[in-house]
Amino acid sequence: MRSNVLYIDLSKYKYEIINRKDLFDEWIGGIGVGIQLLKEELNPKADPLGDENVIVFAVGPFTPAYPLASKTVALFKSPLTGNLGESHAGGRTATSIANAGYGAMVIKGKSKKPVYIVIENDKVHFRDARVLWGIEDSLIVGRIIAEKEGGRGIRTVMRIGGGGEKLVRYACVTTETYRHFGRLGLGAVFGSKNLKALVVIGRGGMQPKDKKGYREVYDKIYKITLESDAMQKYHLIGTAVNILPLNELRSLPTKNLKSTRFEGAEEISGESFAIYNLGRRIACNHCPIACIHIAALREPYEQEKYFYKTIMISYDYELIYSLGSMLGIHSREGLLKLIQKVETYTLDAISTGVCLAWATEALEKGLISEDDTVVRLLFGDYDAYLKAIDYLIKQPTEFYKILAQGVEKASQVYGGADFALALGSNEMAGYHTGYGAHIGNLIGLRHSHLDAAGYSIDQKVREIKPKELVDELIKEEKWRQVLSTLVVCFFARKVYTSEIIVEAFKPLGVEIDEDKLLKLGERIYVEKLRLKRKMGFDVKSLRIPKRIFETETLHGKLNKELMDEALNYYAKIVDDMSS
Amino acid sequence: MTVKRLIIKDIEKCVGCSLCMYACARKFAKKPEIGIDSSGILAVSLSGFERGATVIFCRACTDPPCVQVCPTNALKPKKGGGVVFVEDLCIACGNCMEACTIGAIFTRQDGKPAVCIHCGYCANYCPHDVLSFQEVEV
Repeated sequence: MRSNVLYIDLSKYKYEIINRKDLFDEWIGGIGVGIQLLKEELNPKADPLGDENVIVFAVGPFTPAYPLASKTVALFKSPLTGNLGESHAGGRTATSIANAGYGAMVIKGKSKKPVYIVIENDKVHFRDARVLWGIEDSLIVGRIIAEKEGGRGIRTVMRIGGGGEKLVRYACVTTETYRHFGRLGLGAVFGSKNLKALVVIGRGGMQPKDKKGYREVYDKIYKITLESDAMQKYHLIGTAVNILPLNELRSLPTKNLKSTRFEGAEEISGESFAIYNLGRRIACNHCPIACIHIAALREPYEQEKYFYKTIMISYDYELIYSLGSMLGIHSREGLLKLIQKVETYTLDAISTGVCLAWATEALEKGLISEDDTVVRLLFGDYDAYLKAIDYLIKQPTEFYKILAQGVEKASQVYGGADFALALGSNEMAGYHTGYGAHIGNLIGLRHSHLDAAGYSIDQKVREIKPKELVDELIKEEKWRQVLSTLVVCFFARKVYTSEIIVEAFKPLGVEIDEDKLLKLGERIYVEKLRLKRKMGFDVKSLRIPKRIFETETLHGKLNKELMDEALNYYAKIVDDMSS
Repeated sequence: MTVKRLIIKDIEKCVGCSLCMYACARKFAKKPEIGIDSSGILAVSLSGFERGATVIFCRACTDPPCVQVCPTNALKPKKGGGVVFVEDLCIACGNCMEACTIGAIFTRQDGKPAVCIHCGYCANYCPHDVLSFQEVEV
């Protein structure tokens, strides 16, 4: 297995490659190895935006051996939560890192002036990025670098736009135009290190241990992927297919979660986007699914007759929720413009939408004034929100400087915590399905809806019992540590069952069984939890916004006692695991 | 006469997944490669995925410029167009990569060329029917 780790020190413009067979033998790859590297390199008390913060990128043993293993795990200390930051992205990042010969990369220190890094297999170049600094549109940054550098077709271009430069705490890193290390502010960490972009060009290959077996297992996985219905949802309408059913189930957060039914759901549904706007689909590298749905938005120039532009905008469920229903936007065009805006600035769409939804309600309630917001924010008025997103970058008032630090921070300054929809300081994902979704977000080790898919439990289980729910969430999250070690796409979790994983390891020369996989997941879970505790994670200090209990879910209105019981039970588990 | 050749059926359907590249590297049963080092086909975005994607590979010239500049006969013309690559004769001079008018010969890590030999293996793994292995008139 690949076991080289590339260490880059931005403070000294130095790099070295170290074979960490010790780590890869024990922890395999991805999150397993990544968390160990972070433990070695990062002071848990470090300032997330200071020199001391460290970024780890890790890929898994199935990249690029098998399809659907196209994800990279990024680890860092989050400037949004002050705790562990973990974010996964697709695109060409994972395969480029793997083909360049690395299992992981560590980026330390801070450059004195803006730079971008180009990794070309075993060489690392530090390039002057002073001219690129200040280009707020990440698409332009990507295009300039793509034109200038080599490695077309075998590279990844990870970069930041204005959000990262301005240290918006929920800025993301964009790769291949449409994929993102989206949550928890990796873009701000790039910005704080004066790192505008990271290019990895990889051309390489290796032989499997069992040549015949390798091709057979490859074909088996490929066949399951295309012929079973394991991934059909992502083939067709894409994740946006969830809008209508979640709306029907009273689970679609609407207008800052004042409601879970959106009267405009039909207009912004996945079906409507597919019929009226879908312009093309593209794929992550080495994935046949092509789940990336891209809308074509044709816009006239109002002052110039017969002059149009057509822009291509990628949409998904979470973006339609956060910049659509959460802001009361009916218009698909308006919604696409909002998505385009956060895309160019490299902002996390979920956090941006939730922050703006809170600001709208805070303005309604008189906690802030139009002097603060500059523009009058009103649910449904996308022109106002387009301006507000510009202000998150330009920060013309103190208010926007604070809102750029997240909704938790903003509500601490201005009030309105009851309707500031953050869980563990991270803006909520698009599921008000019930206890599973919210407890999952609170106790999930990266505070993501994808940690344990609590929203899915909510939809399957009728009567929720707090302890059983917590046990179920932990069990699923432990398994997802295995998937994040490999690192396969979570959308492919039905393809990569434990039997298939064991089978896929064999031709690569790794003997492992299901029991060992489960133990690995469990150990990684504990390792992450301990690191989070060192960074200050405390179950007892978790805040649940009152609004969560006020608005109908699929399970009716949620009961605070039941939620507390679940969290108290989890707190005991944490104590046991940490000791 | 007719020969079987790798052709593009509909380039607009290309999603840039690169499965063809990985398939190409796996094509030899005796040395299937994990990766893309020996891949003779390249999937690229059109200066960003917002403009779509395309694949680049040998057009199977009947009078190939790459053959003309090969000093060691490692590249030989194939009957019906395209080339045969005899790896052991290649000194990795790189002439062929420069000579290819459409930039369809790629450089392996050892400096030798990676070129499409029109075996059609990749077409089996093109999930969206962009590539096809078909009889063509020559």
